[in-house]
Amino acid sequence: MFAGAPQYIVSGLTQGAAYGLIGLGFTMIFNTTGIINFAQGEFVMLGGMLSVCLSVAGLPLPLAIVAACLATAVIGGLMERLAIRPLAGAPPVNAVIITIGVSILLRGGAMLAFGKDTLALPAFSGVKPILAFGAAIQPQSLWVLAVTLALLAALKLFFTATIQGKAMLACACQKKAASLVGISVARMALLSFAISGLIGATAGAILAPITMTAYDVGMMLGLKGFAACILGGLGNPFGAAAGGLILGILESFGAGYVSSGYKDAFAFIVLLLLLFVKPSGLFGKAGVERV
Amino acid sequence: MKRPVIGQSVVQAGLFLLLLLAVPAALPNEYYLSICILGSLNAVIAVGLNLLMGYAGQVSLGHAAFYGLGAYATAIATTRFGLPIPVGMAAGVTLAAAVAWIVAAPTLRLKGNYLAMATLGFGIIISIVFNEAVDLTGGPSGYVGIPRLALFGYTFESDRSYYTLMAVVLALVVLVALHLMKSRTGRALRALHVSEKAASSLGIDIAAHKRFVFVLSAALAGLAGVLYAHYLSFIAPASFGFSFSVQLVVMVVLGGMASVWGSVAGAFFLTALPEALREFEDIDILVYGAILVLTIMFLPDGLAGGLKRLGRKLRRVGVDHAG
Repeated sequence: MFAGAPQYIVSGLTQGAAYGLIGLGFTMIFNTTGIINFAQGEFVMLGGMLSVCLSVAGLPLPLAIVAACLATAVIGGLMERLAIRPLAGAPPVNAVIITIGVSILLRGGAMLAFGKDTLALPAFSGVKPILAFGAAIQPQSLWVLAVTLALLAALKLFFTATIQGKAMLACACQKKAASLVGISVARMALLSFAISGLIGATAGAILAPITMTAYDVGMMLGLKGFAACILGGLGNPFGAAAGGLILGILESFGAGYVSSGYKDAFAFIVLLLLLFVKPSGLFGKAGVERV
Repeated sequence: MKRPVIGQSVVQAGLFLLLLLAVPAALPNEYYLSICILGSLNAVIAVGLNLLMGYAGQVSLGHAAFYGLGAYATAIATTRFGLPIPVGMAAGVTLAAAVAWIVAAPTLRLKGNYLAMATLGFGIIISIVFNEAVDLTGGPSGYVGIPRLALFGYTFESDRSYYTLMAVVLALVVLVALHLMKSRTGRALRALHVSEKAASSLGIDIAAHKRFVFVLSAALAGLAGVLYAHYLSFIAPASFGFSFSVQLVVMVVLGGMASVWGSVAGAFFLTALPEALREFEDIDILVYGAILVLTIMFLPDGLAGGLKRLGRKLRRVGVDHAG
């Protein structure tokens, strides 16, 4: 019954770590602006595609990846400045439609710039699998897990030890109160989009050697990231990371033991069942509605 | 007091039907007619979705699933089981409504983004089933050989006759929607949109009303799916995926929330737009995205709201000139 389980756990954790990072990007933006950013998946796609193209253009791999992530962060910031900020005061559903429009633009732009081919990024440190606990672990999997942990630690540090991070937390708690103590809510929104772009692109770059990348991979990855957020309870960054890991493992076991065709369905079915039992996610607090 | 209000919707829907029937005369060729047919199919779904989203305030990111359920049910019933077309159509609409009735109870308890996620997840699960249940649905390559619609011995062979049928269906759907929103149920739905607590303290059964409007909008999507299948005679899962669910939501928001006419306009606009952008060839998708972003930016309350403001402005200009 449990033949291959260690292997499924490893691949599930790898994929899940990426979902968690994408979910983290959603959470950053949701907390400071209250918007679900449907272009989050496109940040992931841009991270992967730009890394591939820059490395093909001759940049050394580490430099290409850093440049791709920074470029995506800039794109995230521009998106906030040009498309989201002018919308202030409109109903949230309009903001969501705008992010859908931006995702169509980014996807179309990527198709024109990079073509429709599926591209692969070379693995960061070889493809010779490491045998441990009865599973063959790709070195890239370790990279994914390590980078995810490093990013989580960096974010934790950012939120607890820097004034910018604390200001952002304050915005998430109470926007009005934050602006009363002199925090520029607009600047925090800009920063949150840039950081989301950075996180998303990082997820895309570290995942690209394993799953390959193409101009249209963003949508499904974005949906999985959103699912990770909801699973962990929307607004809780570490819930999103945990939600991503759970989602990844569910998927990998579903694909291994049930059917690979239904692997995506499997994760969503569990998510729906969870929502039906606990409508505010695993680690979310039940909201209190004021009349 | 009630009668004149109902009379008003009948007159509006009647005028709308006349307008729709006059359209083909203005079209240069058959190709435009097929776009109008697809536009009216989408309008039927968008009007239904608007009842749910715009009036009752419940988001659905999975409505393409009901469209697909209707289409596949009638396709399988009429070809595999050889049932008469009207039976297949009834099966399609019933299946969409029945599935909606089942998922409504647990789903509609959720709110906001969690509701969006649940409907999205539901839509994706159904679309994966369309893709993977190859024996039943033909899988990703699609289902062929669905008979062209024939009712009471008359086959809607030409696009012209199909369009006439669609015009009548759409006008009826608009009539039902207009009428519903002026009824007691419509007022209850709008009340629960504003505040569920306040509405329930007035004695409105929140769960039952949400379920009713959800099932109604799913049935309309199912109806459109049935008519789509018997129009194209070929269906594939790609038409019923997440992208189409999103497109439906965009139609409603772009047209204007809580405006039946807005949804009709949004549906026709978004159906025709990609066709109109064909001449841009490769960059059509960029132009499409840009138009979407700019429209929402400059018309935050949709086409309906924009027209209303334009009307007010023109009237003011008229008054200024007169004065």
